[in-house]
Amino acid sequence: MRHDDSIPPLSFSRPLLEVRDLSLDFGTPRGRIQALRKVSIDVPAAQVVGIVGESGSGKSTLAYTVMGLLSENADVTAGSILFEGKDLLKMPAQARRNLLGDRLSMIFQDPMTALNPVRTIESQMIDIQHHEQGSRSEKRARALDMLHRVGIPDPQSRIGAYPHHFSGGMRQRVCIAMALLVKPALLVADEPTTALDATLEVQIIHLLKDLQKEIGCSILFVSHHLGAVAELCDRVAVMYAGEVVEQGAVRDIFHNPAHPYTRALLECDPGRIKKSTRTLPTIPGEVPGLLGTKVGCIFRTRCRQAFDRCGQENPVEYRIGVDQVARCHLLDKELLVSV
Amino acid sequence: MMSVEAIRPEANDATAVGAFRTFWGQFRKNRLGMLGAVLVVLIAAIAIFAPLIVTHDPIRIMVGPRLAAPSLDFLLGTDQLGRDTFSRTILGSRIPLFVAFASLGSSLAVGLVLGLIAGFGPRWLDNLLLLFFDTIRSFPSIIFALALIALLGPSLASVILVIAITSMPIYARVVRTQTEGLRNSEYIAAERSMGAGTTRILAVHILPNVLGPLVILVSMDVPAVIAVEAGLSFLGMGVRPPTPDWGAILNDGYSYIDQTPWLVFAGGVPIVLATLGFTFLGEALREIFDPKLRKDL
Amino acid sequence: MWLYFAKRTILAVAIIAVAVTLLFLMIMAVPGDPAVVMLGPRATPEMKALLHQQMGLDKPLVVQIVTFFGGLLHGNLGFDVFSQRPVADIVFEQLPFTLELILISILWAVVIAVPLGCYSAVRRNSLVDQVAGVVTVATIAIPSFVMAVYALLIFAVTLRWLPAIGAGNGLWDGLIHLILPAFAIGIGWVGYISRLVRASMLEVLGENHIRMASSFGISEWRIVARYALPLAILPTVTILGVGIAWLLSSAVFIEVVFARPGIGALIVNAVNTRNYPIVMGVVLVTTFLIVAATTLSDVVNALLDPRTREKL
Repeated sequence: MRHDDSIPPLSFSRPLLEVRDLSLDFGTPRGRIQALRKVSIDVPAAQVVGIVGESGSGKSTLAYTVMGLLSENADVTAGSILFEGKDLLKMPAQARRNLLGDRLSMIFQDPMTALNPVRTIESQMIDIQHHEQGSRSEKRARALDMLHRVGIPDPQSRIGAYPHHFSGGMRQRVCIAMALLVKPALLVADEPTTALDATLEVQIIHLLKDLQKEIGCSILFVSHHLGAVAELCDRVAVMYAGEVVEQGAVRDIFHNPAHPYTRALLECDPGRIKKSTRTLPTIPGEVPGLLGTKVGCIFRTRCRQAFDRCGQENPVEYRIGVDQVARCHLLDKELLVSV
Repeated sequence: MMSVEAIRPEANDATAVGAFRTFWGQFRKNRLGMLGAVLVVLIAAIAIFAPLIVTHDPIRIMVGPRLAAPSLDFLLGTDQLGRDTFSRTILGSRIPLFVAFASLGSSLAVGLVLGLIAGFGPRWLDNLLLLFFDTIRSFPSIIFALALIALLGPSLASVILVIAITSMPIYARVVRTQTEGLRNSEYIAAERSMGAGTTRILAVHILPNVLGPLVILVSMDVPAVIAVEAGLSFLGMGVRPPTPDWGAILNDGYSYIDQTPWLVFAGGVPIVLATLGFTFLGEALREIFDPKLRKDL
Repeated sequence: MWLYFAKRTILAVAIIAVAVTLLFLMIMAVPGDPAVVMLGPRATPEMKALLHQQMGLDKPLVVQIVTFFGGLLHGNLGFDVFSQRPVADIVFEQLPFTLELILISILWAVVIAVPLGCYSAVRRNSLVDQVAGVVTVATIAIPSFVMAVYALLIFAVTLRWLPAIGAGNGLWDGLIHLILPAFAIGIGWVGYISRLVRASMLEVLGENHIRMASSFGISEWRIVARYALPLAILPTVTILGVGIAWLLSSAVFIEVVFARPGIGALIVNAVNTRNYPIVMGVVLVTTFLIVAATTLSDVVNALLDPRTREKL
């Protein structure tokens, strides 16, 4: 419990994680891909922040950037990632690695491939506690306790098993147990329920919610599933083609979406469609290619309300409510009209 | 439902010139591959123009003194029979290339046919052929070669036969694996439903798809064949004297190793250059065309 | 588990049976009296008569093959009429020298190659990786007998550091005599294994569970050694089994070049003197060795991976 005293008090402090104007390119043989453009997101202490968007929106890239697990061709071109006030991007590699598995941990998308196939759950769970004090048997006891808390039945007899003995849902529980075993301040969850079927998804979401309250950590929750985000998160950021187009409290975003893309996303969510229909609605068009630099609003090619200005300048963040911002020129016009 | 054309695995609509240009673009960047190509071309040129390059009759004995050191007249000295080593080395380039061409060519043809039969024929025949392939692969190649040579007598033909037999199972297996994969693919099923016979399917659809990877595989075996031929000739089980051959020259050098190191170099260095050249070239081709090829084995 | 072993054993036995039949038919296919073919031109009429009687050449082919198999089951590889000794005795007398050479060669090659392969994969495109990449292709390509002749020329003839020929007497002398032969055989294997380890290590390092392990801040080399290597080593285990065939072939040349005793030298002599029973004896014993080694490496491979271990 050595981290408890270091968790800052909730109200007065700055956010646990502050991503500021982060831009990131991937170098490819065909040119540079701008995967993230001026992304700014805060994760306050002990809160759950969701990131939603289609595939290719850069939401997983953001998660990997925070963890420092990007592939070699990734290149951060601007911005900072402040974690507990220190810039992760300016830290020496060793100092940054020391945070992993201690203050930061991660849950991955595919539980079937996330665990090492030739080592037992026990040896993997003991291995990851390398920052912790204590003997092997103490670490084993902690692992057993955590397996019990994530709902693995009879952990005593199952801890010696190999990953392939567990079903997908059970494996994701093991992964969650591992990620929380190190008592992180921030848990990064990259689509932890995408590979699971619907009933399991609900179970895992509830499990994460309960454990987050119990442990008091923050979660950066990446998902394309709006229902899961609504269920779990306090705040949400909507990403499109490498940009955050809208963010705010979950309640505001879902009840009063300000950006056309957010509205379109919500209209397409099968869980929120009221009347029965034979065809699921979709957003027409495709996510634009991210090769090279872009001028204008990134969403304009698919936006039903696009006008001249959208092709000429990048929209800035417009504040809507107390705690909701969106990047859309329409908001500027509305403000002008209302004034 | 996709159209039949759309799911064909190999679309050959790009022009041959364009395909070569993309290939050349990639190949040029591979420095070892270029080195290999230069070596291979050089050796091939030497083999073709050998009679023009030689300075003495490579077979005539006592054109000079025995075991003479290199001089202006005898560039690489002479051997124990007073033959000119330089001329023998130059003409010796012909045997390995000929053996590689003859043995791998026949091996490829037989392997292709047996592989197609195994991949497309009935299950029991497939199993039988697989057992046969595995058996041949279980013979230690050089020891098996020696046994065959013991029976047939040492000659170039024996060497070619032995290499053809021992390298065939690998080709047959690759062809079988690929054929089986294609056989179960949708586009073959579609062809079938439109009334195409087995022969037509094999000739028009399977053969072109199988042949490319196979040729690369075969080209990668050239250095091994050169090594086996030189090795058997080194043991005196390959070419018959007085035919000049690198392995035989190396053996002459080995016999007089404490007196005439140049003989060892005259026989050994060409073997090294030839195997290296073909290896670098083969590696480069494999990297460009099919990085996963060897994993089918 | 036992079912798997049984299956593998049956397959191995089947391969050996087919191999023996093929060899037998090969002798029969050669035109002329098989006894003359087997005994060669130097055979006396008494020898021919003895062999005729031994092989039952007057009986139908099937009976001959069955008799031959029956002899094999009793460890009878035939009789060497020249030395008046059983072939099995002669072959097994020479086998230890070859096995010793092969095992030492593969051992030093693995000890060097596995760390080299791991390092090349982790520090990809580093100077070490690039140099190793070129050198390993070269060492694989150069035939072992050429390597052996040059090693002999440099270290034994010119520098006189190491003995040139023979197997030596006693443990220490024997080891000294092994250095050059083991170097000549093993050097190609260093390249082969390190390339194999590098390739499979690169593949494993790209897998999700490795990223998961790094997400807990586990150090790079610990991940390589404890998370990646147990998986990356599996193809190498398989190749080592197949490699026995290659090693036996190299041993033939190496034993001739360094004038070492062993089955390679034995078969070359036998071919030169047309001593067919010995030739066939060596082919049978080495084929058996190879089948046993490949079967064993497949089984070891299956045992090393818990996923396959339990399915056995």
